[in-house]
Amino acid sequence: MSQDEARAREMVEAVYRSDSRRVLATLIRLLGDFDLAEEAMHEAFAAAVLRWPTDGVPANPRAWLVSAGRFKAIDGIRRRARFDASLHRLVEQFDREADAPSAGDEETVEDDQLRLIFTCCHPALPPEAQIALTLREVCGLTTEEIARAFLAPAPTVAQRIVRAKSKIRDARIPYQIPARTELSDRLDAVLRVVYLVFNEGYSASAGASVTRHDLSAEAIRLGRLVVELLPEPEAIGLLALMLLHESRRDTRSSPEGELVLLADQDRRRWDRARIAEGTALVQRALGSRRFGPYTLQAAIAAVHAEAPTAGDTDWGQIVGLYEVLLRIEPSPVVELNRAAAMAMRDGPAAGLALVDGILARGELQQYYLAHSARADLCRRLGRTDEARASYRRALELTRQEPERRFLERRLRELGGEAVSRG
Amino acid sequence: MRYLCLIYDDESTIGGMTKGASDAFMQEYFSFTDAIRESGHYLGGEALQPVNTATTVRVRNGRTATTDGPFAETKEQLGGFYLIEARDLNDAIQVAARIPSARLGSVEVRPIMEFDRP
Repeated sequence: MSQDEARAREMVEAVYRSDSRRVLATLIRLLGDFDLAEEAMHEAFAAAVLRWPTDGVPANPRAWLVSAGRFKAIDGIRRRARFDASLHRLVEQFDREADAPSAGDEETVEDDQLRLIFTCCHPALPPEAQIALTLREVCGLTTEEIARAFLAPAPTVAQRIVRAKSKIRDARIPYQIPARTELSDRLDAVLRVVYLVFNEGYSASAGASVTRHDLSAEAIRLGRLVVELLPEPEAIGLLALMLLHESRRDTRSSPEGELVLLADQDRRRWDRARIAEGTALVQRALGSRRFGPYTLQAAIAAVHAEAPTAGDTDWGQIVGLYEVLLRIEPSPVVELNRAAAMAMRDGPAAGLALVDGILARGELQQYYLAHSARADLCRRLGRTDEARASYRRALELTRQEPERRFLERRLRELGGEAVSRG
Repeated sequence: MRYLCLIYDDESTIGGMTKGASDAFMQEYFSFTDAIRESGHYLGGEALQPVNTATTVRVRNGRTATTDGPFAETKEQLGGFYLIEARDLNDAIQVAARIPSARLGSVEVRPIMEFDRP
């Protein structure tokens, strides 16, 4: 192989990495079918491997790939139409559209990517299918990679994707960016998928931690893409939230895998670059005055990130942010967090009264964090018996191993056993 | 593309309405039907008598078994349907969301299966 050929091959690989999802997004619009478009995209790249070394790399590789893919797909359908009359209508339709712009300008390409994201995250698809389809089509992960990351059997994931694609086809889920009136609800659905992917990687409760970490990185990449294509305040807020969480990843557990609480984390090891980026994004989202829950949670994370030590945390600001969050999205979990922040600002007695109030309403009785928060406040007030009882209750409710060990450690420090005797 | 919108309501909610409320509800349905006739979505639609009038029929081993009541007892009952013509699922969802019962019960949107007959 000559040097030029080697260079052309490298170019094909580089374009595959950077642009294959964009090519796919446009081919889905042009061909109106996910499977056909995927097949066409692979054929286009195969053609590039053959042609670019001899013909040279085209001036606009992406446009070349789109028209090559489209040509191959139509050619294939035309050949099959000779034996299958039902395909004739499709061939006629393609012939009519032959003059339509295919690769198009930057704006069309961006719109195609948004069409793909909104279609994969369509609320008519089951949530787990939205996640699998998005990772497959938008991020380009293989079915096996998705299965590994979600600890699911590959055939299950494959079937979810197949079913989702056939629903898109049979129920005719359109390949379009939602109208302005629906945009906010539909964007919420997209952001939910992104955040679920992130959390799956972030709160790794099981599985190889490396793969799970990749999932968070993938979610951040996806979050960046959404912000780039549609810079809505909540999209910006979610990206900020993920970056701020990610900045603390390495300090959340000890080398032995033990849970390390925010207050005990080594803040010198927090990722300053991610914090700076996250904080700037929070300010941008807050400045829009159209922000929502993601932005507010990011703002809270930013206040923590700014404090040089746990003692320097501006608890007053955190309580205030939780109050705004409660107004736009009332939930007992947010109330619990606000109570914990108030305990830091006004002392454990004030926090305990609130936590007891929430528990008395019964909604969080089965939520282990409510009991461990109560235990912690009792411990700080010197009410050791009550603290032990609440730690035990929390232990009964938790299923995650690092959390169990953390609670058991706390219990031992209070001179109690994990299981009450007698 | 054609979609069937199956309307599920809690019959006791509808039955428990005051005369004024139930008249207003029916009026909403009439206005909605007029609106989708005008927009070209309407192909057909009917309201059904309550489930206590339902009969379920099965033929097994050549024998017809008839039982009282609907196929499945649920909290919400099938109360009516619209057959609509819509551009795509998003268009169909927009129509379904305007059916008055969508606010009280729920509407299942099902694409119609098209067969190619030679």
